[in-house]
Amino acid sequence: MATREIISTGNDLAAIAAVDAGCEFFGGYPITPSSEVMHTISDLLPKNGGAAIQMEDEIAGVACAIGASMSGVRSMTATSGPGISLKAENLGLAQMAEVPLVVVNVMRGGPSTGLPTRVSQGDVAQAKNPSHGDYKSITVCAGDLAECYTETVRAFNLADRFMQPVFVLLDETLGHMHGKAMIPTKEEVKAGIKLRKTFDGPAEEYRPYGVAQDEPAVLNPMFKGYRYHFTGLHHDGKGFPTEEITTCRLLIERLFNKVEAHEDELESYEEYMMDDADFMIIAYGSVSLAAKETIRHLRKDGIKAGLFRPITLWPSPAAKIKEWTSKIQDVLCVELNIGQYRDEVQRASGRLDIEGLFKVNGRALSPYEIVEKVKEMRGN
Amino acid sequence: MAFNYDKYLRLEKMPTLWCWGCGDGVILKAVIRAIDKCGWKQDDVCVVSGIGCSGRFSSYVDFNTVHTTHGRTVAFATGVKLANPDKHVICVAGDGDALAIGGNHTIHGCRRNIDINMIVINNFIYGLTNSQTSPTTPQGMWTVSQKAGNIDPTFDACKLAIASGASFVARETMLDPKKLERILVKGFEHNGFSFFDVMSNCHINLGRKNKMQSAMENLDWIDSITTPLSKFEKLSEEEQLNMFPTGVLKHDTNAREYCDMYEDIKAVQQGKRKVITQDDFEKKI
Repeated sequence: MATREIISTGNDLAAIAAVDAGCEFFGGYPITPSSEVMHTISDLLPKNGGAAIQMEDEIAGVACAIGASMSGVRSMTATSGPGISLKAENLGLAQMAEVPLVVVNVMRGGPSTGLPTRVSQGDVAQAKNPSHGDYKSITVCAGDLAECYTETVRAFNLADRFMQPVFVLLDETLGHMHGKAMIPTKEEVKAGIKLRKTFDGPAEEYRPYGVAQDEPAVLNPMFKGYRYHFTGLHHDGKGFPTEEITTCRLLIERLFNKVEAHEDELESYEEYMMDDADFMIIAYGSVSLAAKETIRHLRKDGIKAGLFRPITLWPSPAAKIKEWTSKIQDVLCVELNIGQYRDEVQRASGRLDIEGLFKVNGRALSPYEIVEKVKEMRGN
Repeated sequence: MAFNYDKYLRLEKMPTLWCWGCGDGVILKAVIRAIDKCGWKQDDVCVVSGIGCSGRFSSYVDFNTVHTTHGRTVAFATGVKLANPDKHVICVAGDGDALAIGGNHTIHGCRRNIDINMIVINNFIYGLTNSQTSPTTPQGMWTVSQKAGNIDPTFDACKLAIASGASFVARETMLDPKKLERILVKGFEHNGFSFFDVMSNCHINLGRKNKMQSAMENLDWIDSITTPLSKFEKLSEEEQLNMFPTGVLKHDTNAREYCDMYEDIKAVQQGKRKVITQDDFEKKI
């Protein structure tokens, strides 16, 4: 892979990635610690012929981004936890109407206003089910600066592949981290762009939602001769409201199945020093950087620790988690929340003895805190 | 020759779910005729609706149509328009949609003066959900959420739009469909935010509960509270209190449209012009 060196921040890298991935529209509202995504993309988009707009509130920020995406362009919004809470209803519309969208969430301390300028991973559970009703979320989580770029790019391709919102989780530490990153060249990114499918047959035969039970809707851009209807109501193959019992059931089942049947395309994780490990740390986001440092310390002290880092958080790499937790007895989830992902690890592994090290005071976890916990578990 | 609506309708969706005698159908037909008169191609038009009886508007007309969440029509439409400045965008919202839950978006759509045509079908009540108080329900009327009589003060949607900066503001009723059509054409052709307060009847969920048993009685009431602007201006202050002026209430052709202004942003970022400063604007504060 052709790469380039860049010195930047996580938030800026998400904005740069969006533009490189062909994003043409951004709608947002200021919120710490994600505002820099909007600041940067507000320069970059008009420079490249697109448009970015600061709306009157978080709800409008996501609504206009969805509107632009409905019209056929790649589109993004960025916010933090309180903003997701406000955007939730319209994210549900995007799930229901199958509108692709990239949603960057730079996580800060919650609930409520919480700790606006401090780090947290408290929105992991929210990302799974931000809106009411049944659907299957897709959430990716950057683990370092380079991934703030590469995961944003991947999110755009996934959104178009699965026709739904895709969350990119950053956290305050990563968003504001400033440093060197090796990222793919623009050409490389461009070559990897996979836009949403379109229908090019006769308009009278076009059924945007009339697809196989494991496929997403095929939504043509507006203004091109294929006039159809978007709605958040239960709808038929043509997109029109219906309450017909079988159609309603099949629609919701398809929203699940279009993701579930293709989880292999979504699965992404990193295994760090896992080959000979007999102690597994599970961590994601900025915490994984501390976890890697921890592992290097532990290995010096003779503890064969390794890291399993999910990159796609939802759907989780459940089979892989099951595989590792079947082999390794000592498993520790390290998170900046009270075990939001440990719940998933317990579910996937079928084990209730998964240990946790959780921190919720807005401060980053230091490797020493993790070392201490591991040694406590090992009885020394 | 009678106007043929078929081309613009999704005939398979007829009949509509609107009640017998509802004004929404009259407004829908006027909108279609206005679009036809403007010469807009169906492919070039996007109709965005919200939630409520008016929310179903978008599913009946054969354009690019979007049925959104409650109150957010203008926000969705802003994305469609800014990404496609050469296309025509029409929002259809109810009074609750546009003035209660979506009030913020209405205000800021007006303020930006983006070229969106916002039609508020104002029937003074939440009709679809059985008669709850709306921001335009007159004080003293019966609503299901205020059975003792509504005490919530109302406000004038057009005054809000004017104060918020919409460059075209008009009020009309569904009583005179030809007049309504003419005013829609005028607003559609205007480059900027066009706000229409279109008063309509809900004899089922407003009228029946408020001594207007039939559609006609509800319409008579609308007739009694509206008068053309020229006549309105001659009324005493006391008489004006209980009267809404109709016609074009504001038409400012000098106000710059948002997508046009955004071209300046693009030009700055592309190095084609110098940074925008206060000198570029007549109004400095």
